[in-house]
Amino acid sequence: MPDLQPWQLERRYDVVVVGGGPAGLAAAVGAREQGAERVLIVDRESEPGGILQQCIHHGFGLHHFKEELTGPAYAQRYLERVLEHDVDIVTDAYVLDVDPTRRVSLLSGRHGRTEVDAGAVVLAMGARERTREAIRIPGTRPAGVMTAGFAQKLVNMAGYLPGRRVAILGSGDIGLIMARRLMLEGAEVVGVFELMPHANGLTRNVVQCLHDFDIPLHLSTTVVRIHGHDRVDKVSVAPVDEALRPRMAEAWEVPCDTLLVSIGLIPDNELARALGVRLDPVTTGPVVTSTMETSRDGVFACGNTVHIHDLVDWVSQESQLAGGGAGAFASGRRSSADNVRLVPGRNVRSCVPHTITTDREHTVFLRVTKSLAPCSLRLGEVYERPLRYVVPGEMVTLKVRPRFLQGFHGGNLHVDVVPREEAAA
Amino acid sequence: MTETSHYLCIGCPLGCRLEVETEGDEIIEVRGQSCKRGDTFARQEHVDPRRFVTTTVAIEGAPWPRLPVATAEAIPKHLMREVCATLHTLRLEAPVELGDVVLRDAHGTGVDVVATRSLGRR
Amino acid sequence: MRFDVAIVGAGVVGCAIARELTRYRLHVALIDRECEVGLGTSKANSGIIHGGHRAHEGSYKGATEWRGNQLWDELAQDLPFGYSRIGDLTVAFDDGDIEHLHMLLDQGRRRGVSGLELWEPERLQREEPNLSHDVKQALHAPTSGVVNPYEACFALAENAVRNGLTLLLEHTVSAIERRDDGFTVTTDRGVLDARFVVNAAGVHGDAVARMVGAEEAGLRFRKGEEYLLDKRLVGFVTRVVFPCPSPTSKGILVIPTYDGTLMVGPTATWSEATDLTTSAEGARAVFEGAQRLAPGISEGDCIAEFAGVRAVAADEDFAIGTTRVPGFVNVIGIQSPGLTAAPAIALDVVELLQGEGLGLEHDDGFVPGIDAPIRFAQLDAEEQARVVRGDPRFGRIACRCEIVTEGEVLHAIERGARTMDGIKFRTRAGMGRCQGGFCAWRCMRLLAETLDVEVSDVTKRGGASWITLPRLEVEHA
Ligand SMILES: Cc1cc2nc3c(=O)[nH]c(=O)nc-3n(C[C@H](O)[C@H](O)[C@H](O)COP(=O)(O)OP(=O)(O)OC[C@H]3O[C@@H](n4cnc5c(N)ncnc54)[C@H](O)[C@@H]3O)c2cc1C
Ligand SMILES: Cc1cc2nc3c(=O)[nH]c(=O)nc-3n(C[C@H](O)[C@H](O)[C@H](O)COP(=O)(O)OP(=O)(O)OC[C@H]3O[C@@H](n4cnc5c(N)ncnc54)[C@H](O)[C@@H]3O)c2cc1C
Ligand code: SF4
Repeated sequence: MPDLQPWQLERRYDVVVVGGGPAGLAAAVGAREQGAERVLIVDRESEPGGILQQCIHHGFGLHHFKEELTGPAYAQRYLERVLEHDVDIVTDAYVLDVDPTRRVSLLSGRHGRTEVDAGAVVLAMGARERTREAIRIPGTRPAGVMTAGFAQKLVNMAGYLPGRRVAILGSGDIGLIMARRLMLEGAEVVGVFELMPHANGLTRNVVQCLHDFDIPLHLSTTVVRIHGHDRVDKVSVAPVDEALRPRMAEAWEVPCDTLLVSIGLIPDNELARALGVRLDPVTTGPVVTSTMETSRDGVFACGNTVHIHDLVDWVSQESQLAGGGAGAFASGRRSSADNVRLVPGRNVRSCVPHTITTDREHTVFLRVTKSLAPCSLRLGEVYERPLRYVVPGEMVTLKVRPRFLQGFHGGNLHVDVVPREEAAA
Repeated sequence: MTETSHYLCIGCPLGCRLEVETEGDEIIEVRGQSCKRGDTFARQEHVDPRRFVTTTVAIEGAPWPRLPVATAEAIPKHLMREVCATLHTLRLEAPVELGDVVLRDAHGTGVDVVATRSLGRR
Repeated sequence: MRFDVAIVGAGVVGCAIARELTRYRLHVALIDRECEVGLGTSKANSGIIHGGHRAHEGSYKGATEWRGNQLWDELAQDLPFGYSRIGDLTVAFDDGDIEHLHMLLDQGRRRGVSGLELWEPERLQREEPNLSHDVKQALHAPTSGVVNPYEACFALAENAVRNGLTLLLEHTVSAIERRDDGFTVTTDRGVLDARFVVNAAGVHGDAVARMVGAEEAGLRFRKGEEYLLDKRLVGFVTRVVFPCPSPTSKGILVIPTYDGTLMVGPTATWSEATDLTTSAEGARAVFEGAQRLAPGISEGDCIAEFAGVRAVAADEDFAIGTTRVPGFVNVIGIQSPGLTAAPAIALDVVELLQGEGLGLEHDDGFVPGIDAPIRFAQLDAEEQARVVRGDPRFGRIACRCEIVTEGEVLHAIERGARTMDGIKFRTRAGMGRCQGGFCAWRCMRLLAETLDVEVSDVTKRGGASWITLPRLEVEHA
């Protein structure tokens, strides 16, 4: 990897991108393409790529590069594009603060504690994992309880193993993928325990990561207690009732030395919060317009810091748009104001972006609250389209074209996903 | 005598429940798929299940001690562990480029194992 | 090596005694089984320096609470640890409670506790708008404070070492034998002689007393669970809030810790000496109790939880004193408010030892302080810039939730941190909402590099608390 670090930071950049994961990389390209001359990416790790560097499995880039790449390969390909666009990147540098005048404070061993002014800022800080504490598992607090993502970094990058006998709480994709990794590395995965009656991760991951290795998946089951003084020595698990309350009388013990917790990601939004950006209580990320601008002028956001994505291709697409918005803003161009507010309606948890226009095409990402198949997606009274299926674990992507919204003249537009029979009625 | 085998499709996130009806060695019918990919997958899975394998290999002199690698094509499923075991005996030296072959023709499958990122010297 | 005094147990009590003794020309050993000081009950408590009006009159607890309280100011001047007199409020919901407030007020005034004041609801709502509007009256004690108890232990021990203390960590005392001229103390890592022995072994106090045939305190154990809340709630409540005790429980408190984050707890249930588990019932009791005081608190805000165990003597009082074994002093049964009382207890123990024949000669070389560690997050931008210019290691973030730099982590290691918990409790790295998800790898690497060991040798808190395995071991299994 070439040393990308500029020796000297400029006092002012057209666009400063916080975070050099797939979101930040795409945003930088978008910004350059929309006229920003000087673009800077800041990342706290020693190299760009974000979470992708530890996701060494396949499954990235089918849409974007038309082939299935591993995470590091996707990052490397994308980084090459960024470098062609002549963007400054500082790594090992941490953004401490972004203020309302878009002055970015950063900290780095090489550049010290400094400030740069930005014509526009793109927030692309990604997400962090929910921890054991987020769901409050009782018991002791020994070594050996860790998030699946941390274990992934240990195994795939640092080259250490988290343990010999591993139980996994949560059937999210990260946990599933780690189950396979650990088996291939010589550890034993004694079971995956999932609170819900269905796996959280994709079926393809259940098949390839659990079935292929005969790892049992216990649905409607959760870890109710952690045992062990210095190191985990077992966990107690119990089935749950309909209200998801554990049935303690039926609890049993699972000997293991490690508990991986894979219970989801939450947007990393400390900077956004400190900046006073309006947040969506459901996604917990910023509320954004159709150009991914937040409630603060000239501050844009994209990627997992806005809402949790499962496909990196959509991250790249959304972020290129955000970068484009930032580039245009910094060049003094503003697109027409949004005139449609998307309101999550029936069976819809969240919509991003939060507002769009009736005169351009927009990609809208939805999360649903429950599985439905077959079903229909409706935009208010004006548009309806059949879908084969929706599941909560998978984002629904909808291209909203101007012609869909003919006859709609702005205001609140409810987005519903309803079972097909109902839609027909 | 026909027999029915069950598979879960990994072609896309829908995960259709597939049924493969066979008579002797011959596949008579594939049911349950919602698209053509499911049919192809079921036929392959029934006679010769294959998977991509991704793991890491030890590397000296790089910023990280492990290099991520992947089989260039899917390999027979039952060889996954053996291929990994062989890869774990390798010791590479930085620099390595994305796409470099780290193991040729893994276990006689005709499939190479390649680096999935570049790692320069520290 | 022959010591004048060997102290068994490096909790806040043992550390305070050790530091007090290093003011004199003495050879003192402080022995603990753990790999860092303060890892027993002294790390796992509410961190409150009680106002001085609370503990019952006529008890050792009552006698040392207010004296200890006043001594903390001087300690905090000498030594760097998080400490702040934020005051406390005892709140009354009904007439019975109001009576209790008056009892506390009188008790405090008799003892000379200054500034006690009754607040009517109007005043209370102005000062603490997020407390329940059902509170009828509150007693304000400005003398009350909060401390980071583990930091206090680290600072006391570091200062004592600086003044000549021999600190023997990862030494478990297994036998103590009385000889004509003193004691032979056997540990799992060797034997040492001492003229006097102080038993400050916390929940193992009776076991240590038994080793030498001294009186035991009939210790029983009362566990307390505590729950730390997300930064979101910083400033939500600014003083420690106590309910009035009910016949069955002392009640659940809302505690703004020194760092500002709120903590709620503790429960009080009989347990085993080593039971550090949290429980679903405990959490329920704590959040119900906390919500009664401050309805805006919710269980969803919890980012960490822990439990500590109080060593409770049969008569519920501290068991401090000489024993039938000459030269062997018990300092056991130190339940709440033991943290508050520790500096006073230390002075008393020095006196007891003198009574037993220990000669005290002032050491003119005694230095009361140690250098304060740099707390990067608390510096202003200019100071931060200066620190990074001086040492680029302060330019790298180790923990992003609490903004802890690699420089701080390295300093912590230089000052004695040997484990991940040692780093966490010295620097706060890993204490924030991601609970180490980001910083754990960085801290592990820094520990391994600095101590020149393998990453897989790094532990959470010593013993068998390993974090990773070397991969070869598993590959070839
Ligand atoms: C374990 C896992 C498996 C996945 N598997 C797949 C898959 O198979 N296929 C697929 O398509 N997608 C997958 N995804 C999803 C996809 O990788 C993510 O959606 C995508 O990486 C999000 O990109 P991002 O840039 O928003 O965040 P990140 O990749 O997390 O990047 C954020 C970057 O910002 C930096 N940063 C944050 N705060 C600061 C700050 N204050 N100062 C400086 N830098 C900062 C971080 O260091 C990081 O580099 C997976 C995700 C995970 C976590
Ligand atoms: C939940 C809870 C909340 C509390 N809140 C407060 C509060 O807000 N304010 C307050 O003033 N007090 C409070 N307390 C009380 C306070 O924490 C204790 O009084 C104090 O920590 C006791 O300190 P110690 O040094 O006696 O014990 P410890 O800290 O337990 O120290 C004893 C040490 O002895 C060592 N040891 C034991 N046996 C051996 C052996 N054989 N060999 C070597 N070493 C040995 C142990 O490893 C340990 O480190 C609270 C207590 C609890 C449990
Ligand atoms: S059959 Fe088609 S739709 Fe069904 S899971 Fe396979 S690829 Fe997806």
